[in-house]
Amino acid sequence: MISGGPILRGFRWRWLRNRLFSFRSLTALLASLVGFILVLMVVFLALYAWPAVRLNGTGFLTQNSWNLGNLYGNPITVHGQQILPGAEYGILFLIAGTLLSTAIALLIAVPFGVGAAMFLSEGVPPPVRPWISFFVELLAAIPSVVYGLWGYVVVIPFLGHHIFPLVVRWLGFLPFLGGPAGSGYGLFTAGFVLSLMIVPLITATLRDALVGQPPELRDGAMALGATRFEALRTVLLPAARRVLVGSTILATGRALGETMAVLMVSGNALNYLPSNIYTPISTMASFIVSQLDSALQDPTGMAVRSLAEVALVLCLISIVVNALARVLLHYQGRHLLRAF
Amino acid sequence: MAAGIAEIEATAVHSVTRLRRFQDYLGWSASALAFLLLGGAMVWILAIVFVKGLDSLTPQVLTHVTEGTGGGLLNAIEGTMVLALGGVLLAVPPGLACGIYLAEIDVLVGVPSIVIGYFGYVTMVVMLGWQFSAAAGSVALAIISLPYISRTTEMALREVPRGLREAAYALGATDRAVVLGISVPAALPGILTGILLALAISVGETAPLLYTAGWSSYLWNGHLIKEPIGYLTYVIWAFITEPFASAQALAYAAALFVTLFVLVISVLSRLLLDQSVGWRGRS
Repeated sequence: MISGGPILRGFRWRWLRNRLFSFRSLTALLASLVGFILVLMVVFLALYAWPAVRLNGTGFLTQNSWNLGNLYGNPITVHGQQILPGAEYGILFLIAGTLLSTAIALLIAVPFGVGAAMFLSEGVPPPVRPWISFFVELLAAIPSVVYGLWGYVVVIPFLGHHIFPLVVRWLGFLPFLGGPAGSGYGLFTAGFVLSLMIVPLITATLRDALVGQPPELRDGAMALGATRFEALRTVLLPAARRVLVGSTILATGRALGETMAVLMVSGNALNYLPSNIYTPISTMASFIVSQLDSALQDPTGMAVRSLAEVALVLCLISIVVNALARVLLHYQGRHLLRAF
Repeated sequence: MAAGIAEIEATAVHSVTRLRRFQDYLGWSASALAFLLLGGAMVWILAIVFVKGLDSLTPQVLTHVTEGTGGGLLNAIEGTMVLALGGVLLAVPPGLACGIYLAEIDVLVGVPSIVIGYFGYVTMVVMLGWQFSAAAGSVALAIISLPYISRTTEMALREVPRGLREAAYALGATDRAVVLGISVPAALPGILTGILLALAISVGETAPLLYTAGWSSYLWNGHLIKEPIGYLTYVIWAFITEPFASAQALAYAAALFVTLFVLVISVLSRLLLDQSVGWRGRS
């Protein structure tokens, strides 16, 4: 039965086959393939973007100059790369738009998320708690593009016509709140919609942590004379600090990479920095989508490669942010990271 | 004299208590308000989608393909089914393997879906020459939904009592027999939850598909590569900004389908999860 000629006759084929094709090693193989995807992703994006990285240099991150060049001109050679005449790629405005919209989202989401988590953990009777919590956590299940639809149809007219003019009139003396109030598309609207998308992450994680604290903490505080709310605010909440920071960082990662909702409400600015909270912006993620069609027009392919560089930067940022969150949350149990 | 001191102390305690009671009241109100505002936003979003979506529903939506800025959603519904089912089918075997092997792939959750989409564009659409296609879209969706399947699988397997597995090993069962015959069946509700979740995520995704599946207003012709395919989320994004009422109606109808599907799956998976928690009591 043994093939392979006389020399190999003594070899333990069956033993080897069982080793190589055992259930355990096949599972391990599949699992490690998946673990490899992230590495592959970074490598392929980097390889594809490499000509753009060499062409753009550090100016890519420090200049406001996304310009495809003259699409009808003959390609010229710069730094050994074929590009269209006048083409240059700098994404400082994207970095600013991404960071600022994420910051606004966090400013709104953290207080609301903490408040809702406090209410859900101590203010609701335990038997109904899961279902009431579930209702808010459904916010995480709604697709990004539906948020975009809601933002476009409801939030933009509401903020643009009713809220922003009032804010300009009454609070316009404060920095970044002065007019013109704009049309409703812009930095604040993007941050506001983002905040709703990330708040369930903070609420769910923190609520689990608060509910999971040893009851002795609360009992001890109340035995010392604290009211229920004081026990929650001064003892339970500080004890869950690490979870709060970790989930906030996770939420940051989510906001940095959010695409469709931001694309539909941000105004898709090109090459300028926001001067107030009403200014249109673009984020790295939304820009990758909004520029696809025009980038494909570039016969030298440099625009598409520069978009790959944007994706690479975004990918690296989110890996760092998520690694940070994971380190913080690691000791608090992995179940806290579930989506809902 | 003693009574006087007691009286003074009582007033002092009383005033502190009143301040603290007021603070308590403020604190509870603020946290309840935070919760109510979030709940209100949720209701607002759902109300818009359901009211406008139901308004826009006509039989034509289900029977016609998209024509220009009107017509129906048949092509998009079909495409969403093909892409989501394809994605989940591709994601289940490696996802289960990761869950069984307790491989840590959670870090994939953190990668923005548009980055995964662009990776798919570079590798499949450009390098492999598949162009915008059902295959490229499904693979992108599979990468996105993988970590959800593996994580829920792992969580569900951890809930299976150790004694069950040990008993099977003691009877001489192999790895495969223990995993496929004992652990996986016992953890099935949890695993199904993960698969449902992956399906919901696939149906709701947009950005990565723009770069891998493209868009088509025709019915799918069965080709896996070199043929773009439509999907519902594209209609929501592209048609809501059109000035024509017919286009906006299609966007609302598409939003209704997608949201309804995702909500039903979320509720269903929550119910399944509640069931699987039963093991905890028994172990």
